[in-house]
Amino acid sequence: MTTERAPQPTTAMANPPVQPLASNLLPGDVVRASAMRDLPAPERQLTKVAKLIDVSRCIGCKACQSACIEWNDTHPEVEENVGVYENPHDLTPDMFTLMRFTEYENPETNEFEWLIRKDGCMHCEDPGCLTACPAPGAIVQYSNGIVDFISDNCIGCGYCVAGCPFNIPRIHKTAHVSKKCTLCSDRVAVGQGPACAKACPTQAIVFGTKDEMIAHAEMRIEDLKERGYENAGLYDPQGVGGTHVMYVLHHADKPSLYADLPDDPKISAVVKGWKGAAKDVGLAAMGLAAVGAMAHGALARANEVSAHDDAEAQEMVAHAAGRLTVEEEAARPPEGAP
Amino acid sequence: MTNSWTDIKNTDLVIVMGGNAAEAHPCGFKWVTEAKQRRGAKLIVVDPRFTRTASVSDYYAPIRPGSDIAFLMGVIRWCIANDKVQWDYVRNYTNMAYLVREEFGWADGMFTGYNEETRSYDQSSWEYQIGEDGYVLTDETLENPRCVWNLLKAHVDVYTPEFVERVCGTPKDRFLKICEMIGECSSPTKTMTSMYALGWTQHSKGSQNIRGMAMLQLLLGNIGVAGGGMNALRGHSNIQGLTDVGLMSNLIPGYLAIPNEREPDFETYMSTRGNKPLRPNQMSYWQNYRKFMVSFLKAMWGPAATAENGWGYEWLPKLDIAQYDGLRMFDMMSKGEVNVYFCQGFNPILSFPNRGKLTEAFGKLKLLVVMDPLATETAAFWENHGIYNDVDPSKIRTEVLELPTTCFAEDEGATVNSGRWLQWHWAGATPPGESRTDVWIMSNIFLRLRELYRKEGGRAPEPILNLTWDYAHAEEPTAAELAMELNGRALTDVPDPNDPTKLLLQAGKQVSGFGQLRDDGTTMGACWIYAGCFTEAGNMMARRDNSDPSGMGVYQNWSFAWPANRRVLYNRASCDLDGAPWDPERKLIAWDGEKWAGPDIPDIAVTAKPREVGPFIMNPEGVSRFFSRKLMRDGPFPTHMEPFESPVANPLNPEMRGNPVARMFPGDVAQLGDRSEFPFVATSYRLTEHFHYWTKHNKVNAVLQPEFFVEISEELAAERGIRKGGRVRVWSKRGQVWAKAVVTKRIRPLICDGQTVHVVGIPIHWGFKGAARKGFGPNTLGPFVGDANIETPEFKAYLVNIEPAEGSATS
Repeated sequence: MTTERAPQPTTAMANPPVQPLASNLLPGDVVRASAMRDLPAPERQLTKVAKLIDVSRCIGCKACQSACIEWNDTHPEVEENVGVYENPHDLTPDMFTLMRFTEYENPETNEFEWLIRKDGCMHCEDPGCLTACPAPGAIVQYSNGIVDFISDNCIGCGYCVAGCPFNIPRIHKTAHVSKKCTLCSDRVAVGQGPACAKACPTQAIVFGTKDEMIAHAEMRIEDLKERGYENAGLYDPQGVGGTHVMYVLHHADKPSLYADLPDDPKISAVVKGWKGAAKDVGLAAMGLAAVGAMAHGALARANEVSAHDDAEAQEMVAHAAGRLTVEEEAARPPEGAP
Repeated sequence: MTNSWTDIKNTDLVIVMGGNAAEAHPCGFKWVTEAKQRRGAKLIVVDPRFTRTASVSDYYAPIRPGSDIAFLMGVIRWCIANDKVQWDYVRNYTNMAYLVREEFGWADGMFTGYNEETRSYDQSSWEYQIGEDGYVLTDETLENPRCVWNLLKAHVDVYTPEFVERVCGTPKDRFLKICEMIGECSSPTKTMTSMYALGWTQHSKGSQNIRGMAMLQLLLGNIGVAGGGMNALRGHSNIQGLTDVGLMSNLIPGYLAIPNEREPDFETYMSTRGNKPLRPNQMSYWQNYRKFMVSFLKAMWGPAATAENGWGYEWLPKLDIAQYDGLRMFDMMSKGEVNVYFCQGFNPILSFPNRGKLTEAFGKLKLLVVMDPLATETAAFWENHGIYNDVDPSKIRTEVLELPTTCFAEDEGATVNSGRWLQWHWAGATPPGESRTDVWIMSNIFLRLRELYRKEGGRAPEPILNLTWDYAHAEEPTAAELAMELNGRALTDVPDPNDPTKLLLQAGKQVSGFGQLRDDGTTMGACWIYAGCFTEAGNMMARRDNSDPSGMGVYQNWSFAWPANRRVLYNRASCDLDGAPWDPERKLIAWDGEKWAGPDIPDIAVTAKPREVGPFIMNPEGVSRFFSRKLMRDGPFPTHMEPFESPVANPLNPEMRGNPVARMFPGDVAQLGDRSEFPFVATSYRLTEHFHYWTKHNKVNAVLQPEFFVEISEELAAERGIRKGGRVRVWSKRGQVWAKAVVTKRIRPLICDGQTVHVVGIPIHWGFKGAARKGFGPNTLGPFVGDANIETPEFKAYLVNIEPAEGSATS
C-alpha cells in the first residue's frame, strides 16, 4: 500500500479516489475523547464534514440500510412484520441506520403526506454521548466533526444512551459494547463518503464539507419553497452545537412530525451536570475502574463491572450534584444496560 | 421506452401511473429527481395506493385498480374541450385527418364486428378509406365526420369528469387538477413524460391502457421529443433484451413474426409484409422486412439457406394458433398435454396466476428441467411446506432436474435496459459449485441432440443438422461471438448498390448498421435491430465514455442503443414541419438546410427533406395513430372495460364482463368470483426492498422486508376487526393465503358507482424458499386470464375477501 494519505473530502459529488491510500484520520486529529481531559492539542484542523439527508428526495428504499449492513458487516435478525415498513423495528447494535415512516395528514393543506426519515447518529458538534461516557477514549470526536465509538475502550455501561438527545446508541447484548453509526469514519479516512450516501439512488443523502452541505441545502430549500413548502428548512440543531448529519425538512418548523425527531434537542441537565463538577468525582472512581478492568483483560465481565460501576457512579453523581438520584432527572434510562 | 432513462431529466412533468418508479425502479428514478432539481419539474402520481413514489410527488390522486382507460380518455376529452392540443404536431404528425370506413362504429362499449361465439372482432371495418391511388383519403379541414379527429371526439365524449369519478373513484377536483397540469404540456416548449410498468400491463386490457396514454402524449405533441415519450419501465433487468431477441412463441429476433401454418413458403409469408406506403413519399421502413428476414435465416442456417429453398424458411416452426404464451402452456400442461418443460430463469409457481392450477399442472409433467442460479419454488413444487406449499409428494411423479446456472454477476454479456441500451458487463465473481452458464448448458444439449439426429436420424432433422454452429468452442460460444452474430456480417463481398464497381462491405466484415443488410443472401444478421452493436470498430456495447456535450442526456458514446444508437425514437417529431426544434433549448436534431443533424441520431433518412417525409417512418402512413386500425384485437380506440372480477358493473354495458376479446380458457370461467362473495379489490405490486423472488434468498434484503404482508385501509381494518400487525386470511375463488396486516392511511376506500370500494394491496416477494420468512404471493389468488393482445395475466385487479386469522396455524 502506498503511504500517500487520502485527500480530505471536499465535495459531495466528487468521484472518490479508487487507488489504495493510507488513512488520513490520525491519532492527532482527535479533539475530544470521553473521560480524558488532558488530550494533547490537535496537530491540525480537518475540514468540517457533514452528511445531508434531504427527506424531500428520499424514496424510503432502504438502500442506505442495506449498504450500512454490508459495509459494517453487521448481522441484524430477520424479524417479523409487525404491521409497519420499519425493518428492523428499531435501531439495533447491528442496524446503525433506519428508515422511519410517518403517515401525516397535513391539517393546513388537507393533503396526506408520507414522511420518511433516515434515522441514525447525528454526529453532534457537542456530543451528549461523549460527555456522558465514563470510559476513557470509548467515544472520540475528530476535528472534522465525526463522533466515533471505539469499541475496544467501551465498557457497555449505556451512559451514552442516556446522554444522547436523539436516542441513537444501542448496547450489544453479548459483546457488551455500544454501537452506532460511525459516519463511516473508516471510509472518510481514505477519501470516500459514507456507504449510505454512496448507495442512495436519488442522492437524497449527500456528503461533503459542512459548508458545502449547507449551501446545497439552501438550494434544495428554495426549491421546496417554490413547491409550496413555506416552512422548508435545514435541521442543524444549535442546542447540540449543530450536527454533522443534517436534514432538509419540508416542515422544518415541526421536526417532531418526522418520527419524533427532537424539535430542540439538548444534552440533558444530568449529563451537563456530570460534565461539570461531578465529572471529576466520577472520573476518579469510574474512569479508573474502567481502565483497570481493561488492563486486566476483564472485558468479558463488562456486564458485572458495569453494573457495579453504574450504581457507584450514580451515587457519586447524586452526591456531587447535591441531588437524590439520577433517575429523577434522566431523560431516559440507559437501554440495554443491565 | 421511446426515450431513455437519462432523458427523463429533460422533462417538465412526470406522470407515474400504472407504475411505481421510486419503489420498483429506484435507480432510474434518480432522473426524476434530476428533472425536479434541474427544471423544477412536477411529479404526478395516480395509483390505488399512496406509494413511495407518491411520497415525493407534487400531486397524487387515487384510482380504482383496472379503471385507467376511463381516466385517460377523460383527460383526452378535457384537453380537447379546453383546446390543450399541440395543433401543429397533431395536424401533421398524426392520422387525425384520415378518413375511416363508414361501417366502423361502436355501441354499448363494443366496436363493430363482435362475434360472441369466437370472442373476437371481425376487424374489417376498422380501416381507413383508401382512394383509387392506393393512398388513404384525408380531410385536412377536419370537418368530415368520418375523420379520426371527429371519431375520437365522439368516442371520448362519454368520459366526463363525473364519469371518471364514478368509474375510477378519483375525486373530481383531483382529476381536474391533474388535467390542468397535463394540459400545460400541450405547449411546444413543455413536455410530459409517462413512466409506467406492470401497473398498466397486468390487466386484461393492459395494451389499451398504454394506448390511452400514447394517444394523450400525441395530443400534447410529446412523442419523439426530449423529456417526453412513452416510457415502459421494464420489470427485469434484461426483459427488454428478451423481447428484442424474440423469446416469445410468436416472434423471432428483431420483432419479426414466426410464420403460421397458413404461410407454408417464404413468398406467401412475405406477400402480406410488403408494407407499401399509405401516403405519398413515406419511408414505411418495414419495406425492408425481407432483408432482415433473409439475414436472420442466413444466420440460422448459413450455406444451407439458399434462394432455392426459401432461405431455409420451411425449417422454421409454423404456428397453428396465434401464440403459445405462458398461460396457454400452463393450461395445456394442466390437461396433461405437455410432457417435458424447460424452465429457464423463470419461477412460475410464484409468478403465474392461480397457483393451485400451476401446481396441478407441474404434477402432470413427466420431466421438469429447471435452469436457475437459485433454488426456486418451481423446482421444489413437489415439496411439502405446510400451508406454504400444501402438496403430497408421494402423489407427484414428475422427475425434476435442477441445472444450476451462473447469475448475471458471474458471466459476461450485454443487458438491455428499458431505454434500449445494450450495456456490456463483465464477470464480477467466480460462479460457485457446479454452476454453468446458460449458454454452456444449452450448447451441450444441442450438441448431444445433433449427434443423436446424425446417428439415428428422425423426423425433420434439417433445422438441427443445418444449424450454423461455427464458434471457436462448440461447447461454449462466447458472449462476444454471439453478439457478433446478432450484429451480422457480410458472407460474401457486398457491392455498393449505388455504384456496383465499388464494394460496400468485404466478405467476413461486420456490418456497421442494418442499412447494410441484404435480401440476396450476401449478409447474415440474427437480430437486425442490434446491427451496429458489434462492428469492425469493436464492441460498441462496452463503450464507457460518459461525456455528454449537448447536456441532453444523450451519452452517444456510452454503450449502444438500438436502433442505430438512437436515444430518442421518432426524434424527427421533435422538430416542426420545417425541421426546427419545437424547443430550441432541447434540441435533439434539426434540419440544417441539407441534412438532419444534432446530438442524437436522426430517426429519418438524414437527407429526407422536411415536409416530404413523415416522422413515424415505421408506419406506412408516416404518421402516428390515434386510430390504430386493426393492430389491436380489442379495438382501434381504448374503451373502458372492467376487470374480469370487479366490484361494479361497466356503465357502458352492464352485461359485459371484463374484456370481451381477452382469452379465457373454458375451465377458468368457473374459477371467477363475484362481489357477493369477494367484495374487495386486490392488486399486486413490488416493494423496493426486494427484487421479485430473488432477493428473499439474501439475508440483508430479508432483514429489510422479512415477512409477507397485505396492506389495507384503517376503514377496512375496522370493518373486519383486523389489527395492525395482526394475522389475516385473504382468499379468492382460487385460493387462500395468510399474511400480516399493514393497516395504513395510504390506502383509502374509494367511492365507485355509489358504493364503497376497499382495496387490498398484496406484494409479491415471498415464497417457501430463501432467507426471508416463509410466505405467499398474490399469484395464489389471481385469475388465470390475460390481456387480449399480449396475454399478460390480470394481476392488478381482481376480487378477494379478508378476515382476521389470529392464532391460526402458520406452518
